[in-house]
Amino acid sequence: MSGHSTYRPQSKFMQWLERRLPIGGLVHSSFVAYPTPRNLNYWWTFGGILAFMLAVQIITGIVLAMHYTPQADLAFNSVESIMRDVNYGWLLRYVHANGASMFFLAAYIHMFRGMYYGSYKEPREVLWILGVILLLLMIATGFMGYVLVWGQMSFWAATVITNLFSAIPGVGPTIVTWLWGGYAVGNPTLNRFFSLHYLLPFVIAGVVVLHIWALHVAGQNNPAGIEPKSDKDTVPFTPYATIKDTFMIVVFCIVFAWFVFYIPNYLLHPDNYIPANPAQTPPEIVPEWYYLPFYAILRSIPNKLLGVCALFASIIILAFLPWLDTSPVRSARYRPLYRQFFWLFVATAIGLGYLGSRPPEGIYVVISRILTVYYFAFFLIILPLLGIFEKTKPLPNSIAESVLGKA
Amino acid sequence: MTTVSSAEPTRRDFLYIATGTVGAIGAAATLVPLLAQMNPDASTVAAGAPVDIDLAPIAEGQIVKVFWRSKPIFIFHRTKKEIDEAKNVDVNSLPDPESDAERTKPGHEQWLVVIGICTHLGCIPLAHQGEYGGWFCPCHGSQYDTAGRIRKGPAPRNLALPPYTFLSDTKIRIGEESAKTA
Repeated sequence: MSGHSTYRPQSKFMQWLERRLPIGGLVHSSFVAYPTPRNLNYWWTFGGILAFMLAVQIITGIVLAMHYTPQADLAFNSVESIMRDVNYGWLLRYVHANGASMFFLAAYIHMFRGMYYGSYKEPREVLWILGVILLLLMIATGFMGYVLVWGQMSFWAATVITNLFSAIPGVGPTIVTWLWGGYAVGNPTLNRFFSLHYLLPFVIAGVVVLHIWALHVAGQNNPAGIEPKSDKDTVPFTPYATIKDTFMIVVFCIVFAWFVFYIPNYLLHPDNYIPANPAQTPPEIVPEWYYLPFYAILRSIPNKLLGVCALFASIIILAFLPWLDTSPVRSARYRPLYRQFFWLFVATAIGLGYLGSRPPEGIYVVISRILTVYYFAFFLIILPLLGIFEKTKPLPNSIAESVLGKA
Repeated sequence: MTTVSSAEPTRRDFLYIATGTVGAIGAAATLVPLLAQMNPDASTVAAGAPVDIDLAPIAEGQIVKVFWRSKPIFIFHRTKKEIDEAKNVDVNSLPDPESDAERTKPGHEQWLVVIGICTHLGCIPLAHQGEYGGWFCPCHGSQYDTAGRIRKGPAPRNLALPPYTFLSDTKIRIGEESAKTA
């Protein structure tokens, strides 16, 4: 993918700078001249969308932090003050809150794309694992951000999630006390969550740099799953991918704006508009929608410790995907059997998400358990076996042929 | 990037310019709330509303300090001697020429209402100190007279006047230059 740089700075200033800090050349080789497979479809635009959403969240977050007070007696009111008094405060708050949902939506689509097209396979294993790390960081950041509102759901979600660690044998309760900074979730917890919530997005930004670096070393995957063989297989990143990404960012923003301006509270739980009351648990504790599948897995295991293990395992197992999938064929386009199991997996994830929002009783529990079994079986049994037994379709000779060859 | 050099503007040129323009407008529109949010919010603006002060408890010769819009305001009930000292000065000899009449309301010349912030670097001057019967700023030695005018020291201007008006002989409203309703 890398050849000699074709960057020829035009202006005297850029020539001067290039000799001292070759950032122009770096941007040029990474995002202008960078050879991009010519057959990328719109599922490949979600990386750019995610970078855009990270910027949106950081900017709105920093601006919100100018008005937010991270103290247990004042936090809830400071958020209401943002909504009512701060100029455009309502807009900034709704963009940030719905932005988190949009961030996760884009992340899940991005991950499903990776799973479908085999983007995690050799030589992109580290790229994929960096992605799993990014997902974990996002989950932590989103969780802590939600606690900062200090509503009923904030407080009790914090209590439930921090209590998970008490399942660890022996040191569990000590860890929980250490996390809380007290004998229960309280002001110390809020303060440290604010500090970490401010910090982690910049850690995410750093890991994103590594993620893009790893991507550029291996080159992008593509819907055919075969590597580019010649210049005929690629186009320069700018203008083709740049414009495609920009276009999809705009479409994404339309959906985003729909939520922010017309249904800003649709994805939020009304109980979080009640100030936190440590003496009263709400009738149901439900996390935000993007945590629901994992929540369903946690609750479907009747044992406390094993439930926690299943919860973490359901995310960690993603990191092993490059080695669990034994098929030499990358893209699901040429793997008809895998494709069916993949879509079942997507349905399972969505189903678990729905069940996570339901009270843990009756038929909901039964189906959650079935879907949890499928979730893990997909990774641990189906994928390894498919590589051995699946009859794949013949691969095209080149990307160019797959795009241009067929009429 | 491939370029098409031709005398006629192409459709691509039009699309680039149109998209760029819409993008620029969008970027500017995005900037508006991000910048506006740093302006004083509604509760701060509400807290900055005019404040009514009762002058009756202020004795002759007394200087009282109140706050309006987070700024200290000196209210000085001047004695006849202090009023005369303020009037009997050659205005043109002052570092910041202003007559006493310009700094008080007609018919209420015993009341001096000034913002208590030294015009040098912002400290609060100390009342009834200094050689001119007014204020002395301990930070860098500026001295103000009984009309709050700078006489000596590094401050460039006289103590500023807030907008205020007399609602009656014993009540002023700081924050409004003239009363809309009594």
